[in-house]
Amino acid sequence: MVFSESILSDRCLEQARGLVSSIEGGNEEKAIDYLREISRINETEIFQELGRLTRELHDTLVGFGIETDISKLAENDIPDARERLSHVINVTDQAAHKTLTAVEEAIPVCEELENSASKIEIQWKRFISRDLSADEFRELSREIGGHLDISSDRYTKIKSYLNEILMAQDFQDITGQIIRRVIGLVQDVEDKLVGLIKLSGSLDGEEQKVERKPIEKALEGPQVPGKEAATALKSQDEVDDLLSSLGF
Amino acid sequence: MKILIVDDFSTMRRIIKNLLRDLGFNNTSEADDGNTALPMLQSGDFDFLVTDWNMPGMEGIDLLKAVRADEKLANLPVLLVTAEAKKEQIVEAAQAGVNGYVVKPFNAATLKEKIEKIFERIEAAQ
Repeated sequence: MVFSESILSDRCLEQARGLVSSIEGGNEEKAIDYLREISRINETEIFQELGRLTRELHDTLVGFGIETDISKLAENDIPDARERLSHVINVTDQAAHKTLTAVEEAIPVCEELENSASKIEIQWKRFISRDLSADEFRELSREIGGHLDISSDRYTKIKSYLNEILMAQDFQDITGQIIRRVIGLVQDVEDKLVGLIKLSGSLDGEEQKVERKPIEKALEGPQVPGKEAATALKSQDEVDDLLSSLGF
Repeated sequence: MKILIVDDFSTMRRIIKNLLRDLGFNNTSEADDGNTALPMLQSGDFDFLVTDWNMPGMEGIDLLKAVRADEKLANLPVLLVTAEAKKEQIVEAAQAGVNGYVVKPFNAATLKEKIEKIFERIEAAQ
């Protein structure tokens, strides 16, 4: 860094002398003033130099079209990715809860069937070994009847819980598609940063062409709440209505 | 009834496969994109195609167009099951000759309803 005003100037010397004499004279206030004045010379130089560098960097960025790309990334794409990733958390949270709820509801139903069957099994074994009284057999018959009565209903219930667990796994496809888009964005940020690094090399004189790759956004992917495409339909019903208007 | 399920996510293929089995369709095969699916369709005797749209390689919409352009497959019923929900995409699929369109995330009842509707129409046309 080159300073326009030399530290060896008369002004600096005068202030240095002033500083020494104020310290020797025990004038603290004045000593601090001199000290501030001396450092201000330095600061002004630094600020001027920083300003020059910033302008130079800005001009070069504008020249390469990188500044608009990066501000677009910072203003739109990064917040967009943040919202998409938050949506991923919500979707996986819902899927996990849906699965856990189904499991929590299915387990007592299994236990009910298990208890009823094991009670029958004990008495049935006694019946096979001719160890059951007539009264006990009548009781066993009632229990078998009761078990059969609830079985069909309980198995249907368990199957529906299993189906809920099955459907809850669709989160993997939905979130996978969203995360793929965010990976694309991260790739784009990386390319831009590499471009910047290359550019800082070319600031030293060597000109380099920075490759610019647009983010591919041909397909929309899953709609994210708050980020829906303008023409996105909101439900299967709307899709059905559109299709029937097309003669389906 | 032989059904081909095409989706790049194996979890989604398994979900659809299980739902179809629940509806009584046990004979299903799987492919992970249009490029793998098309030769399977051309060489196999499939009765029904369930496909995703957004896939690496050949997308579902292009698979649908290829199916309609293939003399042997032109009448194969095709159900799109996709997260793509933009109006222009649904119109494009309709124009390409899709038989049904289900938007992800969907539920078992919707899939069942759309499949039944497709076969009702086919039976009525015969």
